[in-house]
Amino acid sequence: MLVFFVYPVASILLLGVAPEGRPDLGALVAVLSRPFVLEVAWFTLWQAALSTLLTVLLALPGAYLFARFDFPAKRLISALAIVPFVLPTVVVASAFLALLGPRSPLNAWLAGLLGGESPLRLEHTIWAILLAHVFYNYAIVLRLVGGLWSQLDPRLEEAARMLGATRWQAFRQVTLPLLRPALASAASIVFLFTFTSFGVILLLGGPRFATLEVEIYRQTAQLLNLEVAAALSLLQMTALGALLLLYSRYQARLAVGLRLLPARSTARPPRSRRERLFVAANLAGMGILLGLPLAVLLERSLARPAGYGLGNYAALFAPERVSGLFVPPAEAIGNSLFFAALACALAVSLGLLASAAIAYRRGPLGHAFDALLMLPLGTSAVIVGFGFLVSLGRLPFDLRTSPLLIPLAHALLALPFVVRSVTPVMRSIDRRLREAAAVLGASPGRAWREVDLPIIGRAALVGAGFAFAVSLGEFGATVFIARPEAPTMPLAVFRLLGQPGELSFGMAMAMACLLMAVTAAAMLLIDRFRAGAVGQL
Amino acid sequence: MSELRLPGRLGGAPARVTALLAGVLLSAACGAPAEPTQPLQTLRLMTHDSFSISDEVLAEFEQQHGVTVEILRAGDGGSMVNQAILTRDAPLAHVLFGVDNTFLSRALESGIFTPYRSPALADVPAELQLDPQYRVTPIDYGDVCLNIDRSAFPAGDAPATLEELADPRYEGMLVVQNPATSTPGLAFLLATVQRFGEEGGYTWRDYWADLRANDVLVTAGWEDAYYGSFSGGAGEGDRPIVVSYATSPAAEVYFADPPPAEAPTAAVFDGCFRQVEFAGILSGSHAGAVGQAFIDFMLSTTFQEDIPLNMFVFPANREAELPEVFATHGEAAPEPITLDHERIGEERERWIEEWTDVVLR
Repeated sequence: MLVFFVYPVASILLLGVAPEGRPDLGALVAVLSRPFVLEVAWFTLWQAALSTLLTVLLALPGAYLFARFDFPAKRLISALAIVPFVLPTVVVASAFLALLGPRSPLNAWLAGLLGGESPLRLEHTIWAILLAHVFYNYAIVLRLVGGLWSQLDPRLEEAARMLGATRWQAFRQVTLPLLRPALASAASIVFLFTFTSFGVILLLGGPRFATLEVEIYRQTAQLLNLEVAAALSLLQMTALGALLLLYSRYQARLAVGLRLLPARSTARPPRSRRERLFVAANLAGMGILLGLPLAVLLERSLARPAGYGLGNYAALFAPERVSGLFVPPAEAIGNSLFFAALACALAVSLGLLASAAIAYRRGPLGHAFDALLMLPLGTSAVIVGFGFLVSLGRLPFDLRTSPLLIPLAHALLALPFVVRSVTPVMRSIDRRLREAAAVLGASPGRAWREVDLPIIGRAALVGAGFAFAVSLGEFGATVFIARPEAPTMPLAVFRLLGQPGELSFGMAMAMACLLMAVTAAAMLLIDRFRAGAVGQL
Repeated sequence: MSELRLPGRLGGAPARVTALLAGVLLSAACGAPAEPTQPLQTLRLMTHDSFSISDEVLAEFEQQHGVTVEILRAGDGGSMVNQAILTRDAPLAHVLFGVDNTFLSRALESGIFTPYRSPALADVPAELQLDPQYRVTPIDYGDVCLNIDRSAFPAGDAPATLEELADPRYEGMLVVQNPATSTPGLAFLLATVQRFGEEGGYTWRDYWADLRANDVLVTAGWEDAYYGSFSGGAGEGDRPIVVSYATSPAAEVYFADPPPAEAPTAAVFDGCFRQVEFAGILSGSHAGAVGQAFIDFMLSTTFQEDIPLNMFVFPANREAELPEVFATHGEAAPEPITLDHERIGEERERWIEEWTDVVLR
């Protein structure tokens, strides 16, 4: 963490803040008080807050659905819900355009209804940004909140209802407070992601919108204006750092000792008409929000000049050159899986240890550590990338071109997910269980292994799923460090979309669909493990 | 109580394991190729995202000189130059390829290149040789041109000049890229600056104000303009005019299965901006004779004739033959617009800033 995050980032920021060796605070303040900086910062803040709120509100019914009901294809749907998370922004933007753009069937229909030419114009509006943010982050809330919810004892709520509470009262006064750690966890990650949103803003929001992240990229990569870039990065990191610290304190206060149940025992098929309707409506909503864009990509990947076929997929395996790729694009699948497995293993092992440190060591140090772990997510990829370049060259070994950097960078980005999944559960473990084990003569290590670990297992697998997905979908850092002969899947999509031609587009869509399939398959596999782990509880 | 001891034990564990892991990773990394020693065994080429060349061509150089060529990508053109400048004290590579005339002056001023005058320059037209001190060598060139969706103009009434784009007939039809985030976007802005000038009754700012009034759409990059907003080819959009390259129609034919007899799009040859891409030896990289040989090799007909179908630009060496798909669908602009690279270096930021004021704010 020190070598691969703190040192590089500090180096590049120092170059910006103190070009002549001593910090120039006056210049820093001058940059930060420019009106455009305030404008950008304000927009960054409100769009992130609104996106987070929307995502949580829209995903909460879904989390309830997955926690409390059994229905056909539940595991498949749950695996598919995380797929948006790995998709490159260019691909998502094109799916949205196909659905809502000027030439979409929806617009044709609306035009027939209301008259005029394509009445629905979402491109380059704040609505497109918000919609994409919900699309991307839905699974975070679904999984983190749904995960804890499924382990809450439904009898608590039932007891409240028996005592005369309405459904809503029981939810507000019993369930919601118990869910708060997971809610805060999920919301903090969604906020972090939307606060540092880059591709969505550029591609869907258009040139009139800019977050701090976009501005940092522009100042660093395009203008080499390190002074401004460093000031903006400091602003971004300070804002997020402060927020994370607050969150961490809040989170610790929320922790309630709970007896968690295996998820299997809390879910059941819908019984009444009303419940069936809820399940159906909920699934339909998810289908429209998450399923339709994915379906459009699938349709586009199968489209050929003459009807439908698998030609685009076949072309991915052909040895013919694609501009900028030095191997047949299909080789990217193996690379992506390899990097993801490595990054996932690294992130989970480090994440478990970090969570333990945070959950068991309360007080300011634990909070600071927690916030620090989240910061890589809140730091501009271009700042980390450039930081690597200027700092790692000074070390006795030149790591800057090592292929190991990819899983390492991915693990760094995935770490917060593991920590966020595991810490709330770890905190919720009833302390008396551990004490009972100690009383019965178990050593602290053994008590942890036999009491904590089985309970944590499920949460760790939720984290592992995210870590795997983060690595599969990561683009920003990879583009700086990937070797051309070992491209990842998102990189291959990007290269394919960099050249004109219907075949290029078709192949890019096919590659995106393979990325979706690989992700869903990996999630299903991890879910299988998860079912096993819960059985031990 | 056990509660007090537990945190201590568990809290200590992460630090130890992290240190251990870091140690393993670092020692593994040390085995990777380190700084070059004499004689050079690996030649590292730093380049941008769009670089591409056939394996056989690179293999030929590797065999001739007994070195391995390693390619290092560094993002888009601007980001690559900036990385090279930031790492000039400890260069990441021996040779850099892909700096174009819009970023050339920044690269030259920062002194990242060592001069080398390749004998192969004899076959390169003088107008491409922009650096009299030979710090960089021209390798290829391309033209940023307007492209039209043929199917949208069945009567042949597509715009033929830059001026016509401001005509109300073409209202809501044009999509361009933001010059602040896109290379072709910047090239198109430069073309308009050169065409309409900075002073007089009708400046480039007036022209862009007219384009804005004509409902021009601005996207962040080439991909979202071409595949998102443009209506030609595989585009999802409804705008039939886009800023792209002179060779895009040829690519539309080449990257189609089966290839159509006629490209679905066409380039407009008025107001094309010429981009020249250069290669240079990075100073302090100790590239020596191999670095110079690589520059010569990049100008050889073997390499030059491999360029068009890999990068969809034109070879700088006039002796290199073009592939057939270029001959039928992808000519270079006959009278491209050029602009002095030093002037671009001085004025670029101001132009982008003013453009943003006129078009976006």
